[in-house]
Amino acid sequence: MLRTEEMLLNVGPQHPSTHGVFRIVLKIDGEIIREATPVIGYLHRGTEKIAENLQYTQIIPYTDRMDYLAAMTNNYVLCHAVETMVGTEIPERAEYLRVITMELGRVASHLVWWGTFLLDLGATSPFLYAFRDREMIINLLNEISGGRLTFNYMRIGGVKWDAPEGWIEKVKEFIPYMREQLEGYHQLVTGNEIFLSRVKGVGTYKKEEALQYSLSGANLRCTGVKWDLRKNEPYSIYDRFQFDVPVQESGDAWARYQVRFAEIVESLNILEQAVEQIPSSGDILAKVPKIIKAPKGEAFVRIESPRGEIGCYIASDGKKEPYRLKFRRPSFYNLQILPKLLVGENISNLIAILGAIDIVLGEVDG
Amino acid sequence: MAKKLEKEKQEQESADESEKDLAQQKAEAAAKAKAAALAKKEAKAQQEQGSADVSESDLAKQKAAAAAKAKAAAQAKKEAKVQQEQGSADVSESDLAKQKAAAAAKAKAAAKAKSAESTLRKDSQAEEKAAVPSANQHFLDLYIKVIEEHLGKGVLEDYYINTLSKDVPTIVVKKEAYYKVAEFLKYNEQLAFDYLSELHGSDFETHMEVYTHLYSYKKHQSLAFKVKIDREAPMIESLAPLWAGANWPECEAYDLLGIKFKGHPNLHRIMLGEDWIGHPLRKDYEPYDVEV
Repeated sequence: MLRTEEMLLNVGPQHPSTHGVFRIVLKIDGEIIREATPVIGYLHRGTEKIAENLQYTQIIPYTDRMDYLAAMTNNYVLCHAVETMVGTEIPERAEYLRVITMELGRVASHLVWWGTFLLDLGATSPFLYAFRDREMIINLLNEISGGRLTFNYMRIGGVKWDAPEGWIEKVKEFIPYMREQLEGYHQLVTGNEIFLSRVKGVGTYKKEEALQYSLSGANLRCTGVKWDLRKNEPYSIYDRFQFDVPVQESGDAWARYQVRFAEIVESLNILEQAVEQIPSSGDILAKVPKIIKAPKGEAFVRIESPRGEIGCYIASDGKKEPYRLKFRRPSFYNLQILPKLLVGENISNLIAILGAIDIVLGEVDG
Repeated sequence: MAKKLEKEKQEQESADESEKDLAQQKAEAAAKAKAAALAKKEAKAQQEQGSADVSESDLAKQKAAAAAKAKAAAQAKKEAKVQQEQGSADVSESDLAKQKAAAAAKAKAAAKAKSAESTLRKDSQAEEKAAVPSANQHFLDLYIKVIEEHLGKGVLEDYYINTLSKDVPTIVVKKEAYYKVAEFLKYNEQLAFDYLSELHGSDFETHMEVYTHLYSYKKHQSLAFKVKIDREAPMIESLAPLWAGANWPECEAYDLLGIKFKGHPNLHRIMLGEDWIGHPLRKDYEPYDVEV
């Protein structure tokens, strides 16, 4: 009789497939995971504490550094929270610029996810294709905001910069290009037998579990919950666009893959309508006072980021700084289900399951 | 921009003058800066002393006045400097003081007018709000009715529509009934809040608060659910047995605010690590550093 014993295996914090500094302590029996304990906090910068001493506009650059793959939505959630409290009316053109930049960010974020997820699974070329096309989006956003990842583009009441001449046309040209590339992506990966056997039936959970664990975004929609805050609790001008909310029923990594892929297509649809509708000129910043003071009270708003539901809570005592600021970071909530998913899985599935959740550690750690 | 110009001008002028003059000027400037700093400190101390027992509006007024005073002082200083540079070698101290006093008086009057205006605005705002009932009012009424029918009248501390937060129905529950109400919110069929969207704590100095944003995917309704707890020994039941998603957020609240959650499966310092001293998001937090 062979003697067996459980073993502790430490994954991370400096492991490429964790997409940041994230550590999991695994108790394994042979190749089967018996227990998994995530360890987070390596990237905790105390954004919420810092923000208590900053004026609202000064907090915006800090939000860039939470979810650095989709910083536009982070910018927006803070501005949206303050605007909700103050009751600011946003100029038309600013709303459209916000939507265009946010949706470009969503496509870019999903491309990074697509590329790195497949890289985790051992496919190298998708990563190169994804980053090539993402670079075009980054260039577009760079042109309008002056930043490649940390944009600091939005302001309370609008946006900082108007689109440079010809920029909207460039976005218009990008949409059909990206659609064509997506076809190529599908041919390259989606039908691949090896890929399918790595993701089908891996990391499966049901709708009830997803709700129980406060999952959001594609992690929730892969279980059949047709829920997207852009559609169901429309903010900004999302109620003006025709788009679908992609859902899947099976709740495994394969379903999450399909949902995210379809979301890129929907984002392109929104972009297409937005660049058609955007007024050719107009204000980009509402008339707001130089020093913005939120009225006394509290507010919580939530919007749809590429990773799920991102929220911002502000408690104000009427001063120019928030009394308490709190971000509901989707990756932080989504990651909670990981230990449950890993128990009983083969160790080689760890990377696939973690990758399919799509976390950004800057956001997990706040 | 203006400052820069001024500086350049000053530099040009000083270049023409002898070295001795420059040294003297520097010394004078330093002395002036010292005096200004002292005055600032005094003003701050005065303000702090005053703020202890005055109402908030008074505080704002005082602050505005202080700010105006500082501005006026700066102006006076600037003027004095210009005078000095023009050649009138020694401006008597008393002159400066007189100017300062006059400016301060002017600023005070302005601040008074401003505060009067702001209170007026506040009044009109309050009237507007009262006139329009919220679209979510009937939801709140329903929740209150159902809760009071099943759990009795004594469980709620307060309930209102939060107009600042997209009119979300908000209930503040008594801390003894916290878990009972939460459980009821989740399992009652008329409420069915099956999703915990957000949980966090806040330090309001007089008390701690745990804020929970719930959502019902069956009824498509949001609810803000709050509880006020003791600040010195913050302790409350954990919601993790009801919503598994409350697990890490409660750890975070424990880590950053020191709120203990009874019945939590694994309460630990999730962000900072077990050896961290203090809870940073508390308003009285003092960073501890062995090297300092």
